[in-house]
Amino acid sequence: MAEPLFTADEQKKFDAGIAELLSHYPPDRKSAAMLPALRLLQTMHGWLPPEGMQQVATRLETTVARAYEVATFYVMFHTKKPGKYVIDVCTNLACALRGAEGMLKYLEDKLQAKAGENGEKYFLRETECLASCGTAPCLQVNEDHHENLTKAKVDALLEKLS
Amino acid sequence: MSVLAEKVITRDWHKGANHTLDGYQKNGGYEQLKKALTMAPAAITDEVKKSGLRGRGGAGFPTGLKWSFVPSLEKNTKPRYLAINADESEPGTAKDRFILENDPHLLLEGIGIACFALGAHTCYIYARGEFKHPSAVLDKAIAEAYAAGIFGKKLMGTDFELNVYQVRGAGAYICGEETALLESLEGKKGWPRLKPPFPAVVGLFGSPTVVNNVETIASLPRIFEKGAEWFMKLGTGKSGGTRLVTVSGAVLRPGTYEVSMDTSLRELIYDKAYGQGLPEGRTVKACIPGGSSAPVLTADELDVKLEFDAFKPLQSMAGSGGVMVMDDTACMVRCLWRVARFYAEESCGQCTPCREGQPWMARIIRKIEEGRGEPADLDTLVNVAQAIAPWPPIGLGNTICALGDAGALPVQSFVQKFRKEFEDHIAQKRCPHGETPWGVFGEFK
Ligand SMILES: Cc1cc2nc3c(=O)[nH]c(=O)nc-3n(C[C@H](O)[C@H](O)[C@H](O)COP(=O)(O)O)c2cc1C
Ligand code: SF4
Repeated sequence: MAEPLFTADEQKKFDAGIAELLSHYPPDRKSAAMLPALRLLQTMHGWLPPEGMQQVATRLETTVARAYEVATFYVMFHTKKPGKYVIDVCTNLACALRGAEGMLKYLEDKLQAKAGENGEKYFLRETECLASCGTAPCLQVNEDHHENLTKAKVDALLEKLS
Repeated sequence: MSVLAEKVITRDWHKGANHTLDGYQKNGGYEQLKKALTMAPAAITDEVKKSGLRGRGGAGFPTGLKWSFVPSLEKNTKPRYLAINADESEPGTAKDRFILENDPHLLLEGIGIACFALGAHTCYIYARGEFKHPSAVLDKAIAEAYAAGIFGKKLMGTDFELNVYQVRGAGAYICGEETALLESLEGKKGWPRLKPPFPAVVGLFGSPTVVNNVETIASLPRIFEKGAEWFMKLGTGKSGGTRLVTVSGAVLRPGTYEVSMDTSLRELIYDKAYGQGLPEGRTVKACIPGGSSAPVLTADELDVKLEFDAFKPLQSMAGSGGVMVMDDTACMVRCLWRVARFYAEESCGQCTPCREGQPWMARIIRKIEEGRGEPADLDTLVNVAQAIAPWPPIGLGNTICALGDAGALPVQSFVQKFRKEFEDHIAQKRCPHGETPWGVFGEFK
């Protein structure tokens, strides 16, 4: 049998989280909580597995199809299990003018990864402007933001990823 | 040189704990909300109108006027909403994030003032999903405000209920467009709505809704502290206040600065208080003045003031204050390709000219950059762009939302102003800049 999505404690936490989110919206607008609910699921589970999507849809009184429609529209939602470290590198213009393409190449070489391809340990991706234009180049590791990057700083950062 | 007479937004940022409620209140925080709560709501809106405050999200729309489009309760009994646009995803723009990080209560106090004026009992702050740290600071500030009895059933002890919630996006540029933002707040994918009706009449959950940018609303406490006339005088006489702008790219000191609207692009790039110019020997080739959606300017067009109306004669816009500088060694084709890729990626796919046109343009530009371009490509490129949104002037778009224009205008302006570079790529069948297309700081070190 497949492992259950949550332990009993986690399930309680998830349900409480959903209840709190629903209280932010009019009672007849439960499905409005879709983005925060998917975020909660992803924060707790690491990604959005089908059983979790079913739970979100049920709690929000909508269909699983709707949940997937939303989940696949937004790049931060993972409907497939991502590598342990999702590394998003901004290569938009302001960062590109400060070496972002070289930084991406540097990461590809160091991590033996190809941008855009999901791996067991790393999921290295190009991303769009992260509002670090005056502090470029930048990247995010599992949503943690790092800016004003140099080779030395990237080296130090990667050392911490075991 | 235009000096900044007084700071509006960043005034207290150097004062340590300003991001906490305690620190903020030591600096006089929440006194202006208290004052506003003794005023008639219509008088608040009048004050905002008089201040000349214009939207900092990109369009520069007069804020007080926008508020006055919300129908009266006699005409429309639905609840009202305020939605704060903290999606900050326009390439080149990095300002709202610093307000959230350094002064979240300034925004929250502004929200209190705006909601009371609008009769809105609920405010959603829509922050882009990538803002993990700024959102955490904001969440903490919201919790502090509830705990201190500022928000909740009794807004600062009055009988006015106000609830404020942060909602985090999940990575989609289009959700910065106000109607896509509302769709996203309703828990859907970010597909912009046809306008009219405008959000002020039919917005969130079908209710009257005002959508305002973070910086716009964060300006309110100062307007009530120092007066609408003071605020207007700081500005240009037609537009009040200061601006937060971000200068990036080929300058020696990139960063986000609060400037007077009397400051010119040239000053922002060269002045020692701001960008500090380019490295020795380098000159400006091109400058995108207001986020990547704004048509590009040449080195001869830098004497324009950073004010909303000043860009009109140049057929560009002040936009979101994202100023990107390219030096004489940068490749314009490569830069435009990167910009075009962005819009191709971020088109929501709802209208045909945008869904098909943005990737088509990106493909043609790539072909030219990679040395496979043919002479006819340039005309095709401009024709595709014009089918989405002819330019000039700005504002002729054929699509549901302005993302169409945002992708089409850079293409037309780059090709018009740097046509020779595109032709050289085609004639030489290669990029003349070879392996170093990004200019003076383009190498990763
Ligand atoms: C494609 C697109 C993206 C936008 N992104 C943002 C954004 O990230 N932040 C923002 O405040 N406004 C953005 N806007 C402008 C909003 O639609 C809206 O005009 C603004 O939030 C209104 O606030 P203001 O009047 O205070 O400027 C965007 C517009 C378009 C067409
Ligand atoms: S213009 Fe583009 S982004 Fe805007 S609604 Fe149409 S397809 Fe979507």
